Amino acid sequence: MNFQTTIGLEVHVELKTKSKIYSPSPVEYGDEPNLNTNVIDWGYPGTLPTLNKGVVRDGIMAGLALHANITHKMHFDRKNYFYPDNPKAYQITQSDTPIATDGWVEIEVKGKKKKIGIAEMHIEEDAGKNTHTGKYSYVDLNRQGTPLIEIVSKPDISSADEAVAYLEALRQRIQFTGISDVKMEEGSMRVDTNISIHPFGTDKLGTRTEMKNINSFNFVKNALEYEEKRQQQVILSGHSVTQETRRYDEPTKTTKEMRSKEGSDDYRYFPEPDIPPLDVSDDWINEIKADMPEMPNSRRERYVNDLGLSKYDAEVLTQTKEMSDFFDAAVKEGGDPKRVANYLMNDVNSYLNDQQVDLQDTKLTPAHLAGMVKLITDGTISSKMAKKVFKGIIAGEDPAEYAKSHNLVQLSDPAQLQPIIDDVLANNQQSIEDFKNGKDRAVGYLVGQIMKQTRGKANPQVVNKLLMKSLNAK
Amino acid sequence: MAEKIDRQEVQHVANLAKLSFDDQALSKITPQLEEIIGLFTDLQKVDTDGVEPMYSPTTEVNVMREDKGIRSNQREALLKNAPDTQDGLIKVPAIIDESEDGDK
Amino acid sequence: MSFYNTSISELHQQLVNGDVSATDLVKRAFDRIEETDDKLQAFLALNKEAALKRAAEIDKAGVADDQLLAGIPLAVKDNILTKGLTTTAASKILENFNPVYDATVVEKIKQAGAINVGKTNLDEFAMGSSTENSAFKTTHNPWNLTRVPGGSSGGSAAAVAAGDVLGAFGTDTGGSIRMPASFNGIVGMKPTYGRVSRWGVIAFGSSFDQVGWLTKSVKDNAILMQAISGLDKHDMTSANKEVPNWAASLDNASVKGLRIAVPEEYVSDKLDPDVREVVEAALKHYESLGATIDTVKMPHTKYGVPAYYILASSEASSNLQRYDGIRYGFRAKDVKNLDDVYVRSRTEGFGEEVKRRIMLGTFSLSAGFYDAYFNKAAKVRRLMANDFFNVLKDHDVIMGATGATTAFEIGSEVDDPTKMYFNDTLTVPVNMAGLPAMSIPAGFSKKDGMPVGLQIIGKQFDEQTLYNTAYVFEQTTDVHKRNPKLGGQD
Repeated sequence: MNFQTTIGLEVHVELKTKSKIYSPSPVEYGDEPNLNTNVIDWGYPGTLPTLNKGVVRDGIMAGLALHANITHKMHFDRKNYFYPDNPKAYQITQSDTPIATDGWVEIEVKGKKKKIGIAEMHIEEDAGKNTHTGKYSYVDLNRQGTPLIEIVSKPDISSADEAVAYLEALRQRIQFTGISDVKMEEGSMRVDTNISIHPFGTDKLGTRTEMKNINSFNFVKNALEYEEKRQQQVILSGHSVTQETRRYDEPTKTTKEMRSKEGSDDYRYFPEPDIPPLDVSDDWINEIKADMPEMPNSRRERYVNDLGLSKYDAEVLTQTKEMSDFFDAAVKEGGDPKRVANYLMNDVNSYLNDQQVDLQDTKLTPAHLAGMVKLITDGTISSKMAKKVFKGIIAGEDPAEYAKSHNLVQLSDPAQLQPIIDDVLANNQQSIEDFKNGKDRAVGYLVGQIMKQTRGKANPQVVNKLLMKSLNAK
Repeated sequence: MAEKIDRQEVQHVANLAKLSFDDQALSKITPQLEEIIGLFTDLQKVDTDGVEPMYSPTTEVNVMREDKGIRSNQREALLKNAPDTQDGLIKVPAIIDESEDGDK
Repeated sequence: MSFYNTSISELHQQLVNGDVSATDLVKRAFDRIEETDDKLQAFLALNKEAALKRAAEIDKAGVADDQLLAGIPLAVKDNILTKGLTTTAASKILENFNPVYDATVVEKIKQAGAINVGKTNLDEFAMGSSTENSAFKTTHNPWNLTRVPGGSSGGSAAAVAAGDVLGAFGTDTGGSIRMPASFNGIVGMKPTYGRVSRWGVIAFGSSFDQVGWLTKSVKDNAILMQAISGLDKHDMTSANKEVPNWAASLDNASVKGLRIAVPEEYVSDKLDPDVREVVEAALKHYESLGATIDTVKMPHTKYGVPAYYILASSEASSNLQRYDGIRYGFRAKDVKNLDDVYVRSRTEGFGEEVKRRIMLGTFSLSAGFYDAYFNKAAKVRRLMANDFFNVLKDHDVIMGATGATTAFEIGSEVDDPTKMYFNDTLTVPVNMAGLPAMSIPAGFSKKDGMPVGLQIIGKQFDEQTLYNTAYVFEQTTDVHKRNPKLGGQD
C-alpha cells in the first residue's frame, strides 16, 4: 500500500517589541527571575490588560509579508486552562477573528516550486517558564505576556522536506520584516507539528498525531520522517493510529508517547470582555505596507536582474535581512556589487563563522566595505593587500587610512615605476635578448624582478604596460 | 443540549473548574444546578435568528497603548504575597503532566 | 454622632471656615461606627491609624475652596483594592490579601483628599443579593436588624444608612448598588458602563461591573461620582467621554416635560403590592410636577435573569480562575501535589454561592453547551439592549421599582438560589445594556415600614438627567428625611 502524507504546522513567533502584549513590562531576556513582571503579569485581582499597538502593527505586517488578508474587525478571546505558568488561568488570544487569514508562501524542493497555504495567524501572549527539580517546580513570569504570532498552515505539506522548506521560507520572510529574531535555538520561533497518512487515491485524511515544541529544523525533519514511517508500520501491521501528542526524542531519533490528562482540552473560549474590539482601517494597513522592508524574493530578483549577480549569490545574500541590508548599503556607497557580494559571502561569512557572531555584532560598516572594494577597483590596493585591509575594516578601521598607515598602497605612478624598470632592464640584458627572440617567459621573470624591487607593492597592470613599452622600444 | 444535568456532568464541570464536591456537597449542588439550568433553558423560547450576539456594552473601539516598556519595581512586593517562593521564583509542587508544558 | 442631616458641601464649608477639622470628622466616623457596627456588622476592616494620620495632614495643610472632598470620611467596598489595607472580596481565598496597588477610584478620591475609614462587607466576590454570602460576617439592615441589607454592597449601604459616613463605594454587576440602596432607603448610582475605571476592582462579570456610590443625598452622589469618573489608561473599556459637573446644575433641575417610560414589567402584579403602591405614588408625584408618563412594554425583561446569570457567571468562572493558590491568597495546607493546590485551595477557599456561579459559568462555556447557553444569552442580551434603546429614543428616562420586595428576613432565601436570583429581575436588564441607573428612596412600605426604592434608568452617558430627576423628587418630598432608628437610637 502506498500512502500520502499530510502535515500541518503551527509556528509560534516571538515578537521583539519593547513591552509585553497586554502589560507595559519590558520584553527582555536573561534578567533575574520575575524582574520584568508587574501586577498584570501576575494576574493580580483587579488588573486589566492594555493592548500594545506595536503588537497589532507587527501582526499586520507579518500578515502582509505572508500574503494574507488582514482582518478589519477583530476581537480577542480567552482560552481557559490552569497551569502554574499561566497566571490568569486564561490566555488572551484570538480564536474567532484571527488578525490575518488565507496567506501563502512559496517553497522549492528538488527544483519543484509549490505554494503552501497559511490558514490563519493570530496574536496572543506567551506564558511564563517552569523549571523542575525533584519534588518541586519553579515559576518565572518574565516571559509571561511576551507577544507571539501563531501561524497555522493549511494541510498542503506532504513531506518532511516540504515542512522544512516551508519553515525556512516562513522564517526568512518574517525575519525580513524585522519584527522577530525567529531563532529556533533561542525559542523565538517554536514549531508544533501534526502529521497523518492515508492511502493514495483516497480523500479522507488519516488520524493525526501531534508533536509540540520541536526546537530545530533538523529535529522537525527527523521527527516527521520517523513519525511518517511509524504510522505506516502501524497501519501495515493491521492496527490503527491513535490520536495523541508525542514528543521527539533526539538521542534515539524517535518519537515517544506523552503522558497526558483526559478532558483537559476543553478551553471554554469566549470573547475577552476587557479589550474593546478593533476596527483596523485601510489607512493603517497601507501605512504599515509602506513601512515594510523589501522581501527576500524581490531582493533576489533585483540582485540578479539589476546587479548582475548569480542566482546562487542572490540566495546566499538573502539568508538574513542583516546580510541583505548590508549588501544593499555597501552597493549604495559605491561598492562594485560583485566584489561586495564576494567579500560578504567569503571573507565576512568565514569571519562570522569563526567568531560565532552575527554581522551586526561586528564593527564592519557598509561604507568601509564599499571603500575597500573601491580601493581594489581603482588599483590603490591589490586583492592580496585587501586581505590585510579586511582585518582593519572588520575591526572598525577606515580602509584608506588603514592601507596608508600599514603601507599597503600599490605603486602605480609611472614616474616612480619607470626608473625601477629601467634599472631592472639594465641589469638583465639576457632577458631582453630572450624577449626579442620570442621567449615570452622573459616578461614574467622581469615583472617578478620589478615586484621584488618594490617589495610587492607595484601595481602589476601598470608595471606590465610600462615594461612592454620599454621592451618594444629596445 | 442537556435539559438535565446529572451528578456525572456536575463532576465533569467541577474537574474543569478545579473544584471538588464530596458526596454530600454533590447531592446538594446537583439539584440546585439542575433547577437553575432549567431556568436557563427558557432562553430557547426566544427567537434570536439573525441576532448579533452582544458580548459587551462598551462603546470604545481601537483602544491601544503605545509600545513603551516600563519596569514596575513591584517584584519584591509580589514575591512577598506568594505562598511559597525560592530564589525569586514561585514554588509549587512538581508539575508532572507534560502534555501542556509549553502549550501556547 | 451620625452624619445625618448634613452634606458634603456643608462639611466642606465648615472645614474651609475652620469650624471643624478633618480629624474631628474622621473621629466622628469612627465613633459612629463603634456605636452602630456591633449591630450592623457593616465593616470588615477599619483604617483607623492611616485615616487619622491623613486627617492630620489635611488639617495641617488646610482645606481650600476647591478641595470639595478634602477631609471627608468615606468607606470602600472590600472588593476594591486599597494599597496597604487588606482587600478580601469577603472571601477566605483572599483573607489577609495585601494589595500592592490602589484601584483607580481609590487613588482618585485619595488625590481629592477624601479619607478612607474602612472596608465594607459584601457578598463574597459581590455574588449575592443579601450580603449573607460573606465568608466573614452577615450585615444587618439598620431599619430592621433581622432583615438583610441587600447585596452585594450591603456593608456600604448599611454604613451610609446608619450615618457612619456620607458616602460609600459600591459595585454593581446586576443590581449590587441599586438593590441595597433600595433596601436601606438611600441613593445608589450605577453609572454607564465605561464611565468609571474598573482598574483595581476585583472582577466579577467584566462586561457588567461598574463602580458607583451609595449616599444619603442625590447631590453628594453627583459630587462623588464626578470625582471618580473618566478615562483611565489602565482600563481599555473606560470611556473617552467628558465628565460633566453633575452637581452644579441640580438646583435648576426641573421635570417639567420630562418623558418617563414605565415598562409594564417594572410595575407589574409580580411586585409586592405595598412596593407597587409606593412606586406608583412616586410616579404620580412626577406627573404632578409636569412629567409625562407612558406605559411601555419591554418583553424580554423576563429573560433578563437567565441571560444575566449565564453571561455574568461565565465571565466570573474565568475571572476567578486566577485564585489558584499559586501566586497569592489562600493555599490549602498539606497538599500532596499540584492538582491538590488547585482543587483544594479553591474548594476550601470559595464559599457555596461562588462555587455555584463558577459551576454555572463553566458549564455554560463548556464544549457542546456554548451555543445553547453562552452565545444564546449574548443574543438575548442584544435584544434586551435594543428594547432599552428603542424606548429611550422617545423617552428621557425609564422608571420602575428597583426590587419587587422590601428587604427580606436574614436566612429566608439563602438556601434557595433560584428565588434569590429572581430578586434581581428589575436590575439585571440595565447591566445587560450598560445603561446608567439609580435607585432613590421613594417611600416606605405600609406593611413593614421598610424603605422602597424607585429605579430611574437613563440613556448611555446621560447621568445628568438621572441626577436631575432624582434631585427633584428628593427636594419635593420628605422621604429622605427619615433615618433608621437602629433599635431605638438615632
